[in-house]
Amino acid sequence: MALVFVFFPILMAALALAIPSNRARPWILPIAATTHTGMTVFILARPDLQRFSPWLVLDPLGRIILLVVSALFLFCSVYAAGYLKYRQERSNRLFCACLLAFLGLMGLVAWSHHLGLLWVAIEATTLVTAPLIYFNRTARSIEATWKYLLVGSVGIALALLGTFFLAYSSMGEGRQPSLLLEELLSGAPALSKGWLRAAFILLLVGYGTKMGLAPMHTWKPDAYGESPGLIGAIFAGGVTSCAFLAFLRVYQICAASGEGVFASRLLLFMGLFSMAVAGLFMAGQRDFKRMLAYSSVEHMGILMLGLGIGEPALYGTILHVATSAATKGLLFLSAGNIHRAYASKSTDQVGGAIRRLPISGSLFLAGFLAITGSPPFGPFISEFAILNGAFAAGRFLVAGLFLAFLLVVFIGMGRTVLKVTLGRSPAAVPSPAEDSGYRDGFLTAAPIVALMALVLLLGLYIPAPLGGLISDAAKYLGAPI
Amino acid sequence: MLDLLNAVLVVVLVLNLFALGTSRILAVIRIVAVQGALLGALPLLMHDRLTLPVAAAAVAAVGLKGIAVPSIMMRALRDAQIKREVEPLIGLLPSIVLGALATGLALLVSGQLQLSDSRTSTLIVPASISTALVGFLLLTTRYTAINQAVGYLVLENGIFIFGMLLVEAIPLVVEMGILLDLLVGVFVIAIIANHINRAFSSMDTRRLVSLKE
Repeated sequence: MALVFVFFPILMAALALAIPSNRARPWILPIAATTHTGMTVFILARPDLQRFSPWLVLDPLGRIILLVVSALFLFCSVYAAGYLKYRQERSNRLFCACLLAFLGLMGLVAWSHHLGLLWVAIEATTLVTAPLIYFNRTARSIEATWKYLLVGSVGIALALLGTFFLAYSSMGEGRQPSLLLEELLSGAPALSKGWLRAAFILLLVGYGTKMGLAPMHTWKPDAYGESPGLIGAIFAGGVTSCAFLAFLRVYQICAASGEGVFASRLLLFMGLFSMAVAGLFMAGQRDFKRMLAYSSVEHMGILMLGLGIGEPALYGTILHVATSAATKGLLFLSAGNIHRAYASKSTDQVGGAIRRLPISGSLFLAGFLAITGSPPFGPFISEFAILNGAFAAGRFLVAGLFLAFLLVVFIGMGRTVLKVTLGRSPAAVPSPAEDSGYRDGFLTAAPIVALMALVLLLGLYIPAPLGGLISDAAKYLGAPI
Repeated sequence: MLDLLNAVLVVVLVLNLFALGTSRILAVIRIVAVQGALLGALPLLMHDRLTLPVAAAAVAAVGLKGIAVPSIMMRALRDAQIKREVEPLIGLLPSIVLGALATGLALLVSGQLQLSDSRTSTLIVPASISTALVGFLLLTTRYTAINQAVGYLVLENGIFIFGMLLVEAIPLVVEMGILLDLLVGVFVIAIIANHINRAFSSMDTRRLVSLKE
């Protein structure tokens, strides 16, 4: 079953390369994504199939990431079919193939229980996602792609060195080094502490670069800003979730070896620092897609913070992976529509989107309220659970800073979002953008509405099977063996 | 064997400093190619038996790091008509001094880390860390895209040296190293086929500044 998750999307990618019609090709995305989501639901219901070999195991953490990214990809694929209709002027061959290849590699990330294989999968996601940023073929998108490749590859290289260090730390008197997660976890107390700490730092920096934690986030605003909104959604909800899962493996090993305090201190610092940097750059941000990128930096920071708080906040952290991915999907897809309608992504030229695009505009506004943690949406529940965890763990300073940064982000983001959606009509904007004539269509609006419903559902009521998956994952993360 | 191994590693370290202090890109690429080819000797010197992963690591180092990647870099230099000078952010002499400091730091740090393997009473760990640091230095202090790719290759060489400690027990290490080489290949191909040249009329990454706060 594990191999199906990897090779089915890759096969679809090959098929996408072979389809000659530019008009028909995008439809392979929703077809493959629906099948993939179906397979995901099937595998989640069948625990007996979740172990393929010691290298490929779908453990509770892998399950939640697989479900989250598969669902997000499904919404994005429907949107993509609509979006690519408007972009018939350029070939979408590579675009479709790379998206599908990413889906397959994401499956490999979720399944892999061998840290070397995991690294290979993460490295390959870097390679297949780079052409996606470059879809618009403008000078600015070339610059964004180059930065992404360079910064991302340095991160990947450091992660490889960290992986080697980790393997070396497991080498001892007569013991062979190993990179199998289960062997590393069961032998964790015997790991050489110096090498383990060095490995942890390198892997934090390496996979943190891929997640976009400050100060390694520099590629993120460029990549998200210059690529289609759809790709922003895939990056902010998919690629970063994969990197977070890779980092969770490292965290598990560190916690199991009794280095939890060392890890927690670093994670709390990284988390708060990312939130602070994101808040700083979001204030006065004129480009609403770049603003969303900084919001993604902030949410990666929140995940690190939750992990750093530890046990009481783990449930909230895992839930936050799901809620923030869904909300990010909602925000990026609606931002993509607004960008399309105004042919601009600057608040100098965009205003009153709610009138021109009633669905995208109002959902962009609702998405902003959701992502900043307002009730009754999903991220409110997960952020509240993390805050609760911080108090339960007695980390009052951390909790206070967390709240303060959330407030700063709310204010900074609010100014930009309100300018875009409400307020002045397009005519009253200083230098109004031309009306491109684009209006919400079924394919580009329906996925956003569905994501909104999902975000609202997660805030009001978490279905029992999903709740079970999340608490399993939190338990597994807290006590891995 | 051990003396020979240490001698090779010392040459690798000296090549690092040469790479930092050379002003012509073509010469830097040649130096890094020699370094890559030398790394091919490491797996053979470190392991008594010639197993498949050991042989593969040697072939991969000579083939990819010594020949393939440097030759496409030289092609990029020729086809894309890149300026031949290095143009560092900091002068060449300060670069060498920083590189030497990095090497000293690597020696100190690896002295602190306990080695869990008797065979590693050599320069392997410090050579690996200092080569990675020099790669980092090259990457961050050079402006042009091709130079950054060369720096990345040096960073990779450092990681490759460390990987040699694990290659027998975890054969996957070889494939991982090869995949990392692929990234440099992608950089250089991006430079050739792509359009940094066409869109900006020079490959100076200083021109890539329209995206910033």
